[in-house]
Amino acid sequence: MEGIFGNLAIGFIEVFKLQAVTMWGMTVQHVPFNIIMCLIGCLLGTLIGVLPGIGPVATIAMLLPVTFNLSPIAALIMLAGIYYGAQYGGSTTAILVNIPGESSSVVTCLDGYQMARQGRAGPALATAAIGSFFAGCVSTLVVAMFAPPLAEVALKFGPAEYFSLMVLGLVAAVVLAHGSLIKAIAMVILGLLLGLVGTDVNSGVLRFAFGISELADGIGFVTVAMGMFGICEIIANLEQKEHREIFTSKVGKLMPSMEDWKRMIAPVIRGTVLGSALGILPGGGALLASFGAYTLEKKVSKYSHEFGKGAIEGVAAPESANNAGAQTSFIPLLTLGIPSNAVMALMIGAMMIQGIAPGPQVMTERPQLFWGMICSMWVGNLMLVILNLPLIGMWIKLLTVPYRYLYPSILLFMAIGVFSISNQPFDCFLMACFGLLGYVCVKLGCEPAPLILGFILGPLMEENLRRAMLLSRGDPFVFVSPSKPISLGFLVASAILLVIIAMPALRKKREEVFVEET
Amino acid sequence: MKFKVKSAQDWWAGWMFVAFGLFFIVVALGTPEFIDKIVGARLIPGYQMGSSVRMGPAYFPVVLGGLLVFLGLLVILDSIVEEGPDVPKFHFRPLIFIGLSSLAFAYLLKPLGLALASVALVFISAYGGHEFKWKEVAVMSVVLVIFSVLVFVEALALPFPICPDFINSCPIR
Repeated sequence: MEGIFGNLAIGFIEVFKLQAVTMWGMTVQHVPFNIIMCLIGCLLGTLIGVLPGIGPVATIAMLLPVTFNLSPIAALIMLAGIYYGAQYGGSTTAILVNIPGESSSVVTCLDGYQMARQGRAGPALATAAIGSFFAGCVSTLVVAMFAPPLAEVALKFGPAEYFSLMVLGLVAAVVLAHGSLIKAIAMVILGLLLGLVGTDVNSGVLRFAFGISELADGIGFVTVAMGMFGICEIIANLEQKEHREIFTSKVGKLMPSMEDWKRMIAPVIRGTVLGSALGILPGGGALLASFGAYTLEKKVSKYSHEFGKGAIEGVAAPESANNAGAQTSFIPLLTLGIPSNAVMALMIGAMMIQGIAPGPQVMTERPQLFWGMICSMWVGNLMLVILNLPLIGMWIKLLTVPYRYLYPSILLFMAIGVFSISNQPFDCFLMACFGLLGYVCVKLGCEPAPLILGFILGPLMEENLRRAMLLSRGDPFVFVSPSKPISLGFLVASAILLVIIAMPALRKKREEVFVEET
Repeated sequence: MKFKVKSAQDWWAGWMFVAFGLFFIVVALGTPEFIDKIVGARLIPGYQMGSSVRMGPAYFPVVLGGLLVFLGLLVILDSIVEEGPDVPKFHFRPLIFIGLSSLAFAYLLKPLGLALASVALVFISAYGGHEFKWKEVAVMSVVLVIFSVLVFVEALALPFPICPDFINSCPIR
């Protein structure tokens, strides 16, 4: 226990550190720069998360270039802030407009919107915020407790273990995604292939570049993410005529009543526990957590007849669960260097841009960065509660901005961001191409998220496969040999997952679960 | 052989995967010998395959490409056996104008400067929407230009030119 608090102290010192900042040619001493970045991140994240039709992935992708010039720790703190800010904004739109700002607040729509229709939007928003904050506190501790031992195990991993772990991560991510399983796996493989474009590290051969010098370093990760999510979402949104029904007239008083508090406590705790556990699983994260928590709450609550008609439990449980899940999904990222969902893939991309190789060594080599980021999560959650409840009026005003003003602005910021990566027009051209690819994929019923995961892991997987095969002198059974029980375990687990999901009965069930969602 | 496509969505998705898979395999391995003979030249040289001990640059892409083709064929098979949704209608107007606007921005930025490139992006992309009102779009583009110059060039110090190349004495630089 003492070790944890020592580590957290390192983190908090880093977060609150005063440093000299130079801006517009002026140098100012003693500025708590990291905390300011956390604040800006939370605000920007909420701001964009509130805007309907932009999920957290597109938000983070869009704001990534803003962090390029920052120090690694400030950049990661800001991005983490953007992430939970966007999540928070997502639940606000879910409650007020019945549009889930992102997939994990889909269930919040069910009861949150009903509460808003009954004139209880204020308590619903407050419940979501308070539940999220509680979950954030607990899951920060969970991360602090579980990350070090896991990283220690991961340090002993060889290439074979890493390869198998990545297979498991990708399989799990696919199984838990919705839509057709085969198509999702195919998208992962397409992503892996696209990740191989550029110079081959081992031989120096330029692969799939077709003489285009801009492709020598590979396709920019930000470019793919912005195209597949940002551009594609804009085009998809423009297909439909705008129609929104907002209960803006009055949110009512914010504070939940005494009875609300009583009904809230147990669901928040259950949601937090479930969310923290599900978030650690590869492919889990916020989405699975919120669905799991809602279903569980519906089963155990004595108010289950009220669910779907504005039960406060139906807001409290999934909102705490998705926040807990969102935070614990940083564990595989920080300890193993494996992203468990598209947002984490973006975080890995951000770390690589900052020159940090994600993996177990981050914790030992750069403890300030590691613990600073974890502590910033807690600080960020606190900020969200303190800042956003009073600011709710402003967020609601934002909801009324018509989309025809929004999308050219979003597009401009994306174009500036992508252009600034290498100061070449080619990246913008690629972004447009990936926008087209993303649009075609969506029309053909293929989710773009697995592609992003594959894209990030492509080069890593090839590298580890090559090393493992070199060490074993070309014996393909090295991954399943009894001398490597961990690798064997990972592969068996992925096989079991695939078999389970391919069984007809379960396949039906899985489809049903996700139909309910959409 | 007679069959009916029961799910147009899966049918086309399957072919897309097959096409991508074949593309990566062919580029990695090079064009097959008989095609080279017909053309009389080596069209695509390809990369070294290597062995499983020392994998060449072509090894991993070929394995993955093969897998992708296989999965694509499975999806196609599925589309013949099982009922599924049709392909939703493509909306070409937003698709074309959104794509065009980002291209216009990219290729105008260096010669014409950030201000004019942004105006071009805003106008073209706004034209892809449902409503297009000159006045609104003009006001929006002015606001956005001021905002992006202040934030991106002044505050974040991105190395973008603001004014066109041919104006030598730019008031804001």
